[in-house]
Amino acid sequence: MVDRLLGRQDPKDGNKAAAATDPKSAMWRRVQLARNLGRPRTLDLLREMADEVIELHGDRGFGDDPAMAVGFARIEGRRIAFVGQQKGADTEENIRRNFGMPHPEGYRKAMRIFELAERFALPIVTFVDVPGAHPGPESEERGIADAIARSIGLMSRLRTPIIAIITGEGGSGGALAIAVGDVVIALENAVYSVISPEGCAAILWRTAEEAPTAALAMKMSAQDQLELGVVDRVVPEPGEGAHADPRETARRLRSVIIGELDRLGALTTDELVEARYRRYRMLGPYTEVSAPDVAPPPSRGLADRLRDLLDPTRWSMGMPLPGSSRRDEPPAHEEV
Amino acid sequence: MPIKLPSFRPRRDVYPPDLWTKCPSCGDMLFNKQLEKADRICPTCDHHFRLSAAARLELLLDPGTFRERDAGLQSVDPLGFVDQKAYPDRVATAQSQTGLRDAAVRGVGAIEGQAVSICVMDFGFMGGSMGAVVGEKVTRAGEDALAERIPLIVVSASGGARMQEGTLALMQLAKTCAILERVRAARVPYISVMSDPTTGGVFASYAVLGDINLAEPNALIGFAGARVSAGTISQELPPGFQRSEFLFEHGFVDRIVNRRALRAEIAGLLRFMRPREVPVDTRSAFSPIGSFLSQVVGAASGGMVGASGSSATNGERDG
Repeated sequence: MVDRLLGRQDPKDGNKAAAATDPKSAMWRRVQLARNLGRPRTLDLLREMADEVIELHGDRGFGDDPAMAVGFARIEGRRIAFVGQQKGADTEENIRRNFGMPHPEGYRKAMRIFELAERFALPIVTFVDVPGAHPGPESEERGIADAIARSIGLMSRLRTPIIAIITGEGGSGGALAIAVGDVVIALENAVYSVISPEGCAAILWRTAEEAPTAALAMKMSAQDQLELGVVDRVVPEPGEGAHADPRETARRLRSVIIGELDRLGALTTDELVEARYRRYRMLGPYTEVSAPDVAPPPSRGLADRLRDLLDPTRWSMGMPLPGSSRRDEPPAHEEV
Repeated sequence: MPIKLPSFRPRRDVYPPDLWTKCPSCGDMLFNKQLEKADRICPTCDHHFRLSAAARLELLLDPGTFRERDAGLQSVDPLGFVDQKAYPDRVATAQSQTGLRDAAVRGVGAIEGQAVSICVMDFGFMGGSMGAVVGEKVTRAGEDALAERIPLIVVSASGGARMQEGTLALMQLAKTCAILERVRAARVPYISVMSDPTTGGVFASYAVLGDINLAEPNALIGFAGARVSAGTISQELPPGFQRSEFLFEHGFVDRIVNRRALRAEIAGLLRFMRPREVPVDTRSAFSPIGSFLSQVVGAASGGMVGASGSSATNGERDG
């Protein structure tokens, strides 16, 4: 786990992944790239692309979260408010920045900047790169779920343009909390998922070893997310990946951001907010079947009960039967 | 007078699981039929067992008032997800086991005569996980509450977002939070009831956002599962961590309510929170200073971002 957070990877693994071309290894290689320690972070990208960056601090309630960077910036004369998770470039910085996993105060700081931006008519650009919101007890005590839900709700109705960019790991609710936008952009090797592949594998395959399989099954690559409609646009990375040439990555993102700012700026606020609401209202396919009833749950008639009396296997605690104690099993899904 | 015969069989320490349930809290063996009659509350220690959607609706609503809506919504398999079993097979199994089409049931009903739009979840259906169908039902329940100006009630029982639907399940957080913002702006009350368990993406979206948050006693409520916490950061977890009482102590739950008192409690709260009859839109129309200011700001910002609406939004929010 520590290795994963630090973005370290087994060199053997890397070679193997590079050599193999099957979809599973290719997907896992992307996950590794998204977690690469050398990938440019929010402040690195802004320093490259902006003429002016002013970072702001504090949530006005508890403290300042170093895992979340917020502030104002000017990109080619366009004033924006920015919000993004900030991972560290080395172990020391990562420890200080909690590996880019914000606590509730990080999301509350983000909300502060969102409201400022709305009040002063600044468009918002968010940079998403997070393994997940911080899962510790202090995070729960201070209401991480509350902070995430309120941030999502706030973004859904903000009356100013929002551009969300997944630059690295889009880890679940901790990512979505700052990724509700009018347009959602992803870098080529970014990933976006509902749960970490390790977590998914641990629950559904009963072993974290199957993480690459889970990553493939969840279709977490930027390209897959584009096809699902969760992401609107994928920006190609230079060469080996963003870590190989951060400057070029920032340059490419800058032109995309400028284009989107101009496009969204041309819309009226009402159109913008309604379109954003519609975008999320439509996501998630389902069918509607006309026959309202599915087969009723198996009801236990007299014959069943007589059969039970004769069947010794039913007299053990071994296998709970459907309909009996199934409601009291431990939760199957633990994380989002 | 019956004669007590000496028993030659050993004392029975195994119980058929479909007849008896062991209380995880006090260890008593409870006869299932009696447990059902007692609203699935342990008579010895008051432990609240999980409740099916049907039992929950029966418990909360006035008899015969429930009208189900959108009963036909059914999950699809957008990712072609296969783990040890294909996702459609898992759904089919859950359907035949529970008789439900997905993990939530929604409709309209009445609580002590007050009409409500209600959505209840069922943990028995794939751990109550939220996919597109659950997200859609919660959203539509909110839309009905908004359209009919009746209070919204959501009873959660869920392990979180449904992994098999990937980020599309994650997007349900955005969908549900967005409708709740509209419900709030329209001054329609929303009461969230958290039952055991309410975790992950369900907790971090509509469950936590109630105007009033109620919780059943000792329910597991939290964002990251204990295993995730322990795995990611090797830290000792405090006792009672992520239980209703923990959340109450830290200010995220208004009241912890025994299941039998829930109905009366909700009815009592709703008497204080009647949906406002006046539509909100009139407020911004009657705010000449606000619209004047927004014109000025709009002109100053060169029309780059229409600021005309921000005063209206602020007006909606401070109410």
